[in-house]
Amino acid sequence: MKKIFSRPDALKDNPFHYCPGCGHSIIHRLVAEVIDELGIRDRTIGVPPAGCAVLAYNYFDVDMCEAPHGRAAAVATGMKRILKDSVVFTYQGDGDIAAIGTAETIHAANRGERITAIFVNNAVYGMTGGQMAPTTLPGQETTTTPGGRLQVRDGYPLDLSGMLALAAGSVYIERTAVTSPKGIIRTKKAIKKAFETQLEDKGFSLVEVLSPCPTNWKMSPKDSIRWVDEIMTKIFPLKVIKDVA
Amino acid sequence: MSAKTLMRGTHVLGEAAIRAGCRAYFGYPITPQNELPEYMASKFAKMDDAVFIQAESEIASINMVIGAAAAGARAMTSSSSPGISLKQEGISYLAAMELPAVIVNMMRGGPGLGNIAPAQGDYFQATRGGGHGDYRVIVLAPAYGQEIADMTRQAFDLADYYRTPVMILGDGMMGQMMEPVLFPEPVDPSSLPKKEWVVNGSKGRGSRVILSLLLDPPREEEHNWKLARKYQAITETIPDQEMYLTDDAELVVVAYGTAARIAKGAVHRVRQSGLKVGLYRPKTLWPFPSKPLAKLCDHVGQFLVFEMSTGQMVEDVRLAVEGRREVSFYGRPGGVVSTPEEVAAIVSSAYHGKSN
Repeated sequence: MKKIFSRPDALKDNPFHYCPGCGHSIIHRLVAEVIDELGIRDRTIGVPPAGCAVLAYNYFDVDMCEAPHGRAAAVATGMKRILKDSVVFTYQGDGDIAAIGTAETIHAANRGERITAIFVNNAVYGMTGGQMAPTTLPGQETTTTPGGRLQVRDGYPLDLSGMLALAAGSVYIERTAVTSPKGIIRTKKAIKKAFETQLEDKGFSLVEVLSPCPTNWKMSPKDSIRWVDEIMTKIFPLKVIKDVA
Repeated sequence: MSAKTLMRGTHVLGEAAIRAGCRAYFGYPITPQNELPEYMASKFAKMDDAVFIQAESEIASINMVIGAAAAGARAMTSSSSPGISLKQEGISYLAAMELPAVIVNMMRGGPGLGNIAPAQGDYFQATRGGGHGDYRVIVLAPAYGQEIADMTRQAFDLADYYRTPVMILGDGMMGQMMEPVLFPEPVDPSSLPKKEWVVNGSKGRGSRVILSLLLDPPREEEHNWKLARKYQAITETIPDQEMYLTDDAELVVVAYGTAARIAKGAVHRVRQSGLKVGLYRPKTLWPFPSKPLAKLCDHVGQFLVFEMSTGQMVEDVRLAVEGRREVSFYGRPGGVVSTPEEVAAIVSSAYHGKSN
């Protein structure tokens, strides 16, 4: 029998621990496929977040170094500046990158660090149990926004990718969603382009991936996908936000 | 460089770091230590293999140290008291991830914003871990320009050898003071022992992970005991001190860093009036050199601890002496620098049995 589909080399033979319907497993696989296709597995270093994907090193079969919550861009900066020929990526959730790590991320982008950030936006703090994230939508119910996120009390969803696009050192920023085969293909293309941008030594690149969180949204996987496509994309429209690569 | 050079403390530290093979410096401006990052920036600008980044914060700079250390470089950062508070998160991670790094604290008056004058209020923070969790940081306390050079080399060597963060604890006065220094020969970073644990891409080997998350309590416990064994080995190996005129002393002043230099002047003065007084100067603050101090109890009647704080190291002195001798304290916090005359008067009255 001919083998037509297999696990990418850049993924370890470990079953994902992610919840049913979560986007992380898909996004992990896409990153791994891109690493394989670019042939960079033995010079790639990943920096996971604190959050649901903290155990990413159980899955990615590349060198990895943990970072304190939110500090991935700074850790990646130190690493990449020492290992100029390596490919360094961070993998971060919305709380990690857009709340506690805002400063590190914006300044890494502004310095034009040759790193790639994979930013998984599910509008909620997942691992800690569904609290409000910087990207939580207006009116969205979370464990710390009872009755829904109220603007006068809780502020507005933060468009980190838009902010990063303003930084002169960022080169390529795109927002995608892994809610359909088309969206998954688009996401993979974006991730590939982001890594290529780094390989071409052009500057900071980031892909923001909208990703369902059925567990904390208290929705079925199917409804979660619909919520991303119909509600979340109104606040976070899918598009190439910046491309000067 | 075989001749002595006249340099200020911060520049001595920077030059010694480069000669120790440091090729990565990350920092954020704060007085009184700015001459150190400025020195690193000017030297690294002319070196192809060295990285200098003025980070957006102390937090970012210590995390850049984590990245560079994980990639195998001899990396350092420096700051002064308030900035060191911000670095404590990263220092805890360095300890947990067993990454070597050198952190310089040129202490200033505190707490809070305090002031920019020399002080020693960060002893507890430096020697008790500073950040969260069950860990220790090696703390070296130079008192002279030459010692800054020697201890900076030692700091990088200890950090690599034990795979642990090392702090050099100075103060604003030490950083500014110019003294003649003889530097050690430069180390070629490529000649240093290979680090078999770095993450630099998995070419020709399996992939590696450097982490501090151990969700399973027995594994975290095992990791804590592993660190504890390392700290025990360090405690048995590196404690160091200077003993000055202690052989016949009836009273011994205990002080470190700049305070020890002032105390030495005081000891010198009271000796001239015939008092048998000596100085015990810890050169490592963690591990604290307890044993030689305890040994002094055989012939020393009392100890007087002098610090530029309201009294922090005095606790370690009391722990070492274990109640066998009287331990009194004199200190000036907040950036006030005592004169040798002032300390001599305190020593003299303690010697004659008058309480302070």
